[in-house]
Amino acid sequence: MKAKDLLGRRGEELAAEYLESLGMLIVERNWRCPDGEIDIVALDGDALVIAEVKTRRSLAYGHPFEAVGSDKLARLHRLGSAWCRDHELRMPLRRVDVIAVLDDGVCVPTLEHLKGVG
Amino acid sequence: MALGRTYSVALVGLNGYIVEVEADIGQTLPAFVILGLPDASLNEAKERIRSAAHNSGIPLSRRKITANLIPASLPKRGSGFDLAIAMATLRAADDIRATGRTVFIAELGLDGQLRPVRGMLPAVMSAVQAGYTDVVVAQANAAEAALVPGARVRGYKTLARLAFDFGADPQELALDFEPDDEPAGDDSEAVGVAAPDMCDVSGQGDARRALEVAAAGAHHLLLTGPPGAGKTMLAERLPGLLPDLGDTEAMEVTAIHSLCQLRSSSLQLVRRPPFENPHHTATSAAIIGGGSGLPRPGAASRAHRGILFLDEAPEYERRVLDALRQPLESGELVIHRSAGTAAYPARFQLVLAANPCPCGKASGKGVECTCTPTMRRRYLARMSGPLLDRVDIQLQVDRVSLADFGQSGGEEDTATVGGRVLAARARQLERLRPLGMETNSQVPGRVLRGDLRLVPATTRILDHSLERGVLTARGYDRVLRLAWTLADLGSRDQPDANDIGQALSLRQVASAAA
Repeated sequence: MKAKDLLGRRGEELAAEYLESLGMLIVERNWRCPDGEIDIVALDGDALVIAEVKTRRSLAYGHPFEAVGSDKLARLHRLGSAWCRDHELRMPLRRVDVIAVLDDGVCVPTLEHLKGVG
Repeated sequence: MALGRTYSVALVGLNGYIVEVEADIGQTLPAFVILGLPDASLNEAKERIRSAAHNSGIPLSRRKITANLIPASLPKRGSGFDLAIAMATLRAADDIRATGRTVFIAELGLDGQLRPVRGMLPAVMSAVQAGYTDVVVAQANAAEAALVPGARVRGYKTLARLAFDFGADPQELALDFEPDDEPAGDDSEAVGVAAPDMCDVSGQGDARRALEVAAAGAHHLLLTGPPGAGKTMLAERLPGLLPDLGDTEAMEVTAIHSLCQLRSSSLQLVRRPPFENPHHTATSAAIIGGGSGLPRPGAASRAHRGILFLDEAPEYERRVLDALRQPLESGELVIHRSAGTAAYPARFQLVLAANPCPCGKASGKGVECTCTPTMRRRYLARMSGPLLDRVDIQLQVDRVSLADFGQSGGEEDTATVGGRVLAARARQLERLRPLGMETNSQVPGRVLRGDLRLVPATTRILDHSLERGVLTARGYDRVLRLAWTLADLGSRDQPDANDIGQALSLRQVASAAA
């Protein structure tokens, strides 16, 4: 496994732990379909949460949030619908969260969480 | 604190409006939105502000920034809002303390430098009038902004310095960045070139006299004559004869020049009457003002309180010449464009120069002239009657004779003639101020034949001409105006028959062409 994939892996791990600590229930991780991948699917009370995790070593190439553009956001919403169809579930309350993880491998990683974007 | 509030100024023509800038930081993905009718250059502010803040050591928030410019219905253009938006955004992120009623006007460079903008003087004037006296501008604009009475101006070179003074954390700021001073541009140049002097003109006694009268009474002037007679040379010497501008006038003139200059470097008020000399291919937008979006001032407004010199006047498009009739009447130009209406002052003294015919040789006996009589008549008729109607002095200038040309020297210089002009202006002001006027050229015929009526013995020659139909009623008034100026120059309380005779002789072309 390449270093950058390892970093992403570790970030997703951290994000999942964090969401659980908020009282959410992790339903599925790394769900794939032809249109793309959802990092984390979770339940926050009645609401289905589609979570995208972005991990960076430093801010040298911009903040992780800046890597989530309008195209990616639209795809996350589409993937949310696709996940519901796939699991034959009706989830009227559905939202997309973005989690940014900064992890330089030395200090304690920092984590930022945006709820219900786009 | 997720909301920051600062103030700036939007200029519409010479009128400025206070613009309130709100910045809000929303908890969502990074974006930068500017609301409130920004134009393209204002929309580019996003990138300038982001880079400037980053390079100053206080990067903007990594969230959605919404900047709102109030009132939203007023179209806003240009880069002068950069600083106000940046400060509002920094305040929203709690990087600096609240800025109160301070007005910010400056463009930002990517390195965090504060850059000067055009129209600083009218912007600060409007801010002070609206009760916003604290103004923060770029260092290069500070001297100009400080010309406004009652303004408390602070000039800064960098965003980091400014943020520091508003309580930003000095640990993070890039305070050691010191951009070089702007090279002092136009000012040194203006000092170096000496204004043309009257003593350079050899001979041309009539024309010199006409110039003096034009300066003293602020009369519009038409010079016709063959090429090489010195029409341009004479016209260029007129501004030197005019008195210095008063405080209010100087402010008006400086404000217009501040709008027109790209590199704003007016460190002091413009005290000398301006001289505008557009080329005869100029369009009406260039002379009157215009351009896309919000109209900018043209040559006529830049000549406000000074001289607008149209060389080769018949070569101008007739439309352009006739467009000057409105400002000649009202002293103001109102221009309508898609983005709004702008009113610029344009109270100028018009000086027209023309050849007598297309080939230019129809002076004196005109034996060398190759033009047909029709061509000749058409040529001067391009200057329309209503326009020439407003030109009090119409003088024929002939080529200087060898005798006059040989003995140069001994001619009066600008300072001597200017002294007489100044005295004549003072006499006019004393007489006309109770009537609400300043110069003889402004006096309407009603007053000339009413309050300022002369005894019939003096005006006999005029009355006679009117009776015989040599002179029109309008021409009659113009001669009276000139006669008053001649009397003022001669320190007489009223024009005498001699003044009337001289005044008649200053209208040679009118009798020949009109």
